[in-house]
Amino acid sequence: MAFLTVKDLVLAYDRKIIAENIGFTVNEGDYLCIVGENGSGKTTLMKTLLGLQQPYSGEIVFGDGIRKNEIGYLPQQTDIQRDFPASVREIVFSGLQAKAGMRPFYRKYEKEEALRNMERLDIAELSKRSYRELSGGQQQRVLLARALTAAGKLLLLDEPVSGLDPIVTKEMYQVISDLNRNGTTIMMISHDIGQALKYATHILHIGDMTFFGTCDEYLASPLGRMFTAGVTEVQV
Amino acid sequence: MIDKLIMYLRYPFVTYALIVGVMIALCSSLLGVTLVLKRFSYIGDGLSHVAFGAMAVAGVLGLTNELLIVLPVTVISAVLMLMTGRNAKIKGDAMIAMISVGSLAFGYLLMNIFSTSSNLSGDVCSTLFGSTLILTLSVRDVIISCVLSVIVIVIFILFYNRIFAVTFDEDFSKAAGTDAGRINLLIAVMTAVIIVLAMNLVGSLLISALVIFPALSAMRLFGNFRDVTVFSAVLSVICAFLGIVISILAGTPVGSTIVAADAAAFIVCMIIGKVRGGTAV
Ligand SMILES: Nc1ncnc2c1ncn2[C@@H]1O[C@H](COP(=O)(O)OP(=O)(O)O)[C@@H](O)[C@H]1O
Ligand SMILES: [Mg+2]
Repeated sequence: MAFLTVKDLVLAYDRKIIAENIGFTVNEGDYLCIVGENGSGKTTLMKTLLGLQQPYSGEIVFGDGIRKNEIGYLPQQTDIQRDFPASVREIVFSGLQAKAGMRPFYRKYEKEEALRNMERLDIAELSKRSYRELSGGQQQRVLLARALTAAGKLLLLDEPVSGLDPIVTKEMYQVISDLNRNGTTIMMISHDIGQALKYATHILHIGDMTFFGTCDEYLASPLGRMFTAGVTEVQV
Repeated sequence: MIDKLIMYLRYPFVTYALIVGVMIALCSSLLGVTLVLKRFSYIGDGLSHVAFGAMAVAGVLGLTNELLIVLPVTVISAVLMLMTGRNAKIKGDAMIAMISVGSLAFGYLLMNIFSTSSNLSGDVCSTLFGSTLILTLSVRDVIISCVLSVIVIVIFILFYNRIFAVTFDEDFSKAAGTDAGRINLLIAVMTAVIIVLAMNLVGSLLISALVIFPALSAMRLFGNFRDVTVFSAVLSVICAFLGIVISILAGTPVGSTIVAADAAAFIVCMIIGKVRGGTAV
């Protein structure tokens, strides 16, 4: 059974419909890229999948392999975080709240696992640094480590590379791709269709028209041809 | 000077004031960071006015223990404010401003109409600025203040990780299965209790300063949540202690002296932060 099956989903804010006709499946090991114009409802879709808001109608079914709080989430950057006094390790440890539940304190082995995730993402030596002093790329790695600590099976990443310079962006894509190769299922919102097609296995396009399928199918579809026109660097 | 202080310390009311002052200062600083960062400071401000109104009602009813009215009213208002504040449709901010200014006016009106005291403006002044309240504590007041403070501190420690998580990133916490609504409710109720407690110390107009100043000072110097929390608690306790001692020796009003100490500490922290550039590890 698939990790996640979505059927006929309609997204809305206060009964105002944002996007409709959304259907897709995510299987273990997939790398799904969600693309679409600004304001087409990509962030809203993620929040709805996470249960942060209610769908207008439609079906969201999580498969046997996964429970709702086994999903790691990297939100679009909000400004409250910018001047927040928190160290890198405090933030990554906060990913453990899914496992701790009602328990007030985190256990030693849980913290060790969080530290291992920091090593995996090459931020172990930043452990005691303050989040607000890090570069954009380092901050995103911290949030990715937190998501990974919350759940290693399925990650929902909302524009993890927005605002990063090209070199750091490339590194970030590499890190995410490595995670995927090591068995983490990825759902990522991306602006960069070229990079999306390079790394992803599947594409979900939402907007006036919707599409779901593999990268090859997307390139062959009218919507895909239209949206990728002008993108030169497509390496499939 | 020292002799004078030692002489004063022999009086139980001075010891009581110091004990209560230190306890209240400690717990009022704990939630400061969260209130500032969650943009909840306005709730604290509004609640202090509600507490003033409730205090006036308690006075009119002639209750010997004002807490019986002030505490529940303030807690309920905290919950209401939190709920309306989150609801964009009702214009939460305007609603809170209305409740708080309304209670202020209503409280003063009540005190004016029903007061039997010959020194009305003195009464109003002491409710607003705390003046000598702290020096008139009974043993029971001391016990109640200490018990409530300890409860607040214990709850804060037990929920520390979740309060941090929800303050830093509410959406992530919800996605991870934390009931962020409940944590926000807890924060609001604790804020209400702290405000009622702090009213004894500095009066209702100066409460926000007691809650916010230590947190702002600590944020100038430290870059992680734990150090900020610990330092603001320590700073708050030191300022409250100094403020009470100075006010006894110099005969200044207790509340304003404590807040002046907090403000001075903030300026010092700001300068140190500027000079050093960036924050400590
Ligand atoms: N909190 C909100 N209340 C009402 N409408 C919103 C809210 N957040 C976003 N929207 C609207 O929903 C639409 C989709 O937003 P979003 O999901 O953030 O788009 P995307 O992430 O694809 O850029 C936009 O038109 C936006 O104006
Ligand atoms: Mg978005």
